[in-house]
Amino acid sequence: MSRQKAGAETLLKPVISPVSAGKSRAWRLEFDAIRVRSPWWTPVLSVLLALLLCAGFIAVNGMNPWTVYAKMWNGAFGTGYGLTETLVKAIPLLLCGLGIAVAYRISVWNIGAEGQLTAGAIAATAVTIYFPEIPAVWSIPLMLVLGVAAGAFWGLLTAIPRIYFGVNELITSLMLNYVALLALDYFVIGPWKDPEGFNMPGSPMFAASLSLPTLGGTRLHIGLLFALVAVLIYYLMIRFTRWGYELRMIGANPVAARYNGIPITRHILLVMVISGGLAGLAGMVEVSGVSHKLMQGISPGYGYTAIIVAWLAKLNPLGLIVSAVLFGGLIVGGYSVQTIGLPSSVSEMLQGAILFFLIAGDMITRFRVRRRSA
Amino acid sequence: MDFVTQLLLAAITAGTPLLLATLGGILTERAGIIQLGAEGLMLMGAVTTCLVFIRSGNLALALLAAAAVTALLGMVHAFLSVTLRANQTMCGLAMTLFGSGLSAYLGKAVSGNPLPGILPRIPLEFLEPIPVIGAIFGRLDLLTWLSFLLVIALHLLIHRTSWGLHLRAVGDSPATADVMGIRVHLIRYGYVTAGAMLIGLAGADMVLTVAPTWNEGLTAGRGWIAVGLVIFARWNPVRALLCAYFFGALDSLGFRMQLLGSAIPPYFLKMIPYVVTILVLMYLGYRDRGKPSGTPESLGVPYVREHRF
Amino acid sequence: MRECSVEMRGIVKTFGSVVASDQVDFSANAGEIHALLGENGAGKSTVMSLLSGVYRADAGEIRIHGTKVQIRSPKDAARLGVGMVFQNFRLVPTLTAVENIVLGEKSSFWRGRTWIKRKHREIAELAKRFGLSIPVDQPVWQLSVGEQQRVEIVKTLYRGADIIILDEPTSVLTPGEAEGLFRTLRRMKEEGKTVILTTHKMKEVLASSDRLSVMRKGKMIATLRTEDTNERELAQLMVGREVTLERRELERTRGGELLAVHRISAMAEHGRKALDRLSLTVHRGEIVGVAGVAGNGQKELAEVLTGLRNWAEGSIRFDGVPVKTASVRKAIASGIAHVPENRMKSGLAGSLGAVDNLLTKSYRSEAHSRLGILKSARNRQWSEQLVRRFDVKTPGLDTPVQQLSGGNQQKLLFAREVTQRPKLMVAVHPTQGLDVGAAAGVHELLLELRAAGSGVLLISEDLDELMQLSDRILVMYNGTILGEQTRESADRERLGLLMAGVPGEEEKVV
Repeated sequence: MSRQKAGAETLLKPVISPVSAGKSRAWRLEFDAIRVRSPWWTPVLSVLLALLLCAGFIAVNGMNPWTVYAKMWNGAFGTGYGLTETLVKAIPLLLCGLGIAVAYRISVWNIGAEGQLTAGAIAATAVTIYFPEIPAVWSIPLMLVLGVAAGAFWGLLTAIPRIYFGVNELITSLMLNYVALLALDYFVIGPWKDPEGFNMPGSPMFAASLSLPTLGGTRLHIGLLFALVAVLIYYLMIRFTRWGYELRMIGANPVAARYNGIPITRHILLVMVISGGLAGLAGMVEVSGVSHKLMQGISPGYGYTAIIVAWLAKLNPLGLIVSAVLFGGLIVGGYSVQTIGLPSSVSEMLQGAILFFLIAGDMITRFRVRRRSA
Repeated sequence: MDFVTQLLLAAITAGTPLLLATLGGILTERAGIIQLGAEGLMLMGAVTTCLVFIRSGNLALALLAAAAVTALLGMVHAFLSVTLRANQTMCGLAMTLFGSGLSAYLGKAVSGNPLPGILPRIPLEFLEPIPVIGAIFGRLDLLTWLSFLLVIALHLLIHRTSWGLHLRAVGDSPATADVMGIRVHLIRYGYVTAGAMLIGLAGADMVLTVAPTWNEGLTAGRGWIAVGLVIFARWNPVRALLCAYFFGALDSLGFRMQLLGSAIPPYFLKMIPYVVTILVLMYLGYRDRGKPSGTPESLGVPYVREHRF
Repeated sequence: MRECSVEMRGIVKTFGSVVASDQVDFSANAGEIHALLGENGAGKSTVMSLLSGVYRADAGEIRIHGTKVQIRSPKDAARLGVGMVFQNFRLVPTLTAVENIVLGEKSSFWRGRTWIKRKHREIAELAKRFGLSIPVDQPVWQLSVGEQQRVEIVKTLYRGADIIILDEPTSVLTPGEAEGLFRTLRRMKEEGKTVILTTHKMKEVLASSDRLSVMRKGKMIATLRTEDTNERELAQLMVGREVTLERRELERTRGGELLAVHRISAMAEHGRKALDRLSLTVHRGEIVGVAGVAGNGQKELAEVLTGLRNWAEGSIRFDGVPVKTASVRKAIASGIAHVPENRMKSGLAGSLGAVDNLLTKSYRSEAHSRLGILKSARNRQWSEQLVRRFDVKTPGLDTPVQQLSGGNQQKLLFAREVTQRPKLMVAVHPTQGLDVGAAAGVHELLLELRAAGSGVLLISEDLDELMQLSDRILVMYNGTILGEQTRESADRERLGLLMAGVPGEEEKVV
């Protein structure tokens, strides 16, 4: 009888308690090491707190934070045009964020989406430079394939040092961002420069047949569908396939995964290829759907913002869509405050702050106040 | 001056910010906390220096402000990773993103404005007549000498003092250090903060010597190169000196070759430091496969006292 | 009556809902060796951790040399002269022995060569006084486990402890090394120090201690003089009921040869040779025990057999087929099951639920997935059945398994492995950290596998467990099998000598 009872008591493991500083007291903070999920409201709260913090910085600049935020909101979601722009920006964010989410599932810290996107954009542009004559039925799929392949290749360049030489993928993927951006500079200032471009850096404008179809006469293009389909596939793969199961296992405990014969290196390789490929696709849709030419600054840091998009969404498919739209709005809102004399980097500052509060929030919600049993 | 002397001098100039940032990284990581926020911290150090220097005209005040601001950010990093036990990779990333955003926002006001002065140089006239050495060491600036002193001081601190022993113990085995009466959390806070200050100074040095004005994203990945250099230097300050100057030389090599009229487009020359960082890390990975890498054993693992599973 | 140097009264310590120490009274005298006896999880380590400041008591009173004290941290304990040698040594592996010993000393900021030299001398003298020999200049990770323990002991002595607590000190030692340890402890006792050791081994307690206290399920059961008691009484006190110390008789079920390992060698990390021309065989329906002190290649042996590690030379035949390369998938497919040493580290994914954890070995099979798509509903049903059949107590199929108790986690792991109907089970320390009931359950499962005609390779450090279950016991030393004993001839002392690397004449050295 007593044996049985002891078993039931130890069924659920105790919460471990951290150092409770100072003298013993009736209440103390305890850290819940077992619960891994934080409540749904932490992302919401962290966005709010980040807004509050940045309000301070805005006030320092002599502006009324409320006016600034109102302006940003209006610019991003207030008008039809703003909303379209927001969605246009959300497309690359969603694609890159999805790629990052896939990699982060198994703790592969890819921060090279910016470079992978750039590689995709360069490769897609190469089609327009070298095969200007082929019909749209062929050229757009070709751009698509080359863009994805270039991004995937760029991702592979991060995966190989990681797998075979044990090089931290954070450093590699970031270094490769700079390499890709310098390559972009080379092409748009060097061999691909538009001869009629008044000596401005940038490739010639794409022919109409090389541009992605738009949706209903707006600037919104078919890339949105690509992104949504990609998210749907991601959801189905993660939820129902063996591959999704393997990623789940590796993400939860890589050692156990190895002990059970799940080939981790192959998955890292695959995940980086997918991650890079999705970012490359983002690069392709940007040049073909939005800018219609290759130029410097085709990405205002989509690759970095996408990291926060993925983290805010907690790698969840539906969350990805929501946070991509939110951050698309943040970028557009950032542009709109330029009219009242604030730099657009307001939005970058906000992004960083949101990530900070998210990280802190995830952990703080795992502490709880408990009464000391005495 | 001949080419070699020029290159050496340029290596030291371009290498000093890298060295300071690497030393900061070494201090942080020796205490067991991963420092991936170097890029953001350097940017914050640089922008603070510019703002305060341009507004007040006082260089000392500017450097102090840079150190203070980055120390504060270091404490935030310490709070997240030591007290809240957050994922240190994400913490560093957040630091970098937040630092780039905030520095771009704050620096907009002074972007492109020239600084009202330069770092004072320390003339050592007695060295002048000696060839090469005289040309290199005769007129180095304050922060470069400070970085030399720091290398020696940190080397002695780590290997010859009780504090260094405590630092190594905290980074390798915090549980042991705790049982031996060493205050693990306090030490981690201290070194993360001090390390962040050094990285902030690296940013200040960058803006004062390498680039003469503030520009958004001025460090261009130098912070990340420093993260790589910490591994390259195997968490050892003296090696950090050599590694930083090697990369400083690479960094300025592109520029030099352009001056010499090289046919290679400058964009490819500018890629050299980034590509070499990856290649060097790959080489190290290949050479040291299956060997202990000198990484502090508890790097990235938050310490919790009452562990009971 | 001698002076009472440690006195603990009404000590309570809870972890969440678990009462690890329930109103415990304990006292020890200066100049005695006092043993604290109890099974794993009885609370003896907790009580000693309270005394040494690692944990803080919820209630109760501690007196040291008659004065009431508050011990809030290891530092407080050190100041009061209490030093503890932990089961998992508290040494920094990258530092040398001397650096470890002086760690935490706040005096003398500068540590030049003269200072280091002086410390070397001081420490060497201290070690010699208590008959301990330690290499002072090597990093600790290069030392053997026994040497590391001696460094720990010198450390506590150096820090001026006169109350010395040793937590399960002999669990990592060969019988010979244990002898040496007890000689040192007696020297300490003669110098008037209080020596407290916790253990679950009755024999060594009876041989070496002056008094002993027995704990069971967080309660102090009795304190006795060693000369007044015997093994049977202690066992009864520890377990709480009459126990039979006899071995079970087992029906012989041994069949044909299943696994034949012939002279294989393998490297461990950092290029150390872990297996050195090792040979062994396992038959169907047979449990082969592998005894040995930790770190003699047991881990690597298990890894080679389960496809995790490649071997350099030699050959392996399994089920009549030669094994060519190390592949976990092939090992699983050919019917090798593996219960790894640390279930939460390498067996289960703690943040996932029972379904995902049960599927790890079989998700690729036709029964559980098709064309890359998992059969979710069927897998759930299947998991539910397994959880019921193996009596895993879990609040739900999706509850993260890290919330289950150790015994239930192990049951889940066994459920996963056993349901594959393995031909060979490689089980490494399968009962480590489990309470008696759970351990008995695991033993039952291993015996069922044996009865069903599977071969079992049981790697364990627990000689009692090995002698109780194995048909044959192999002793591993330095990467090879030094000797073999059958179930009938197994003898504790011989095994001990073999574990220490002393081969006898009658053993066939393979």
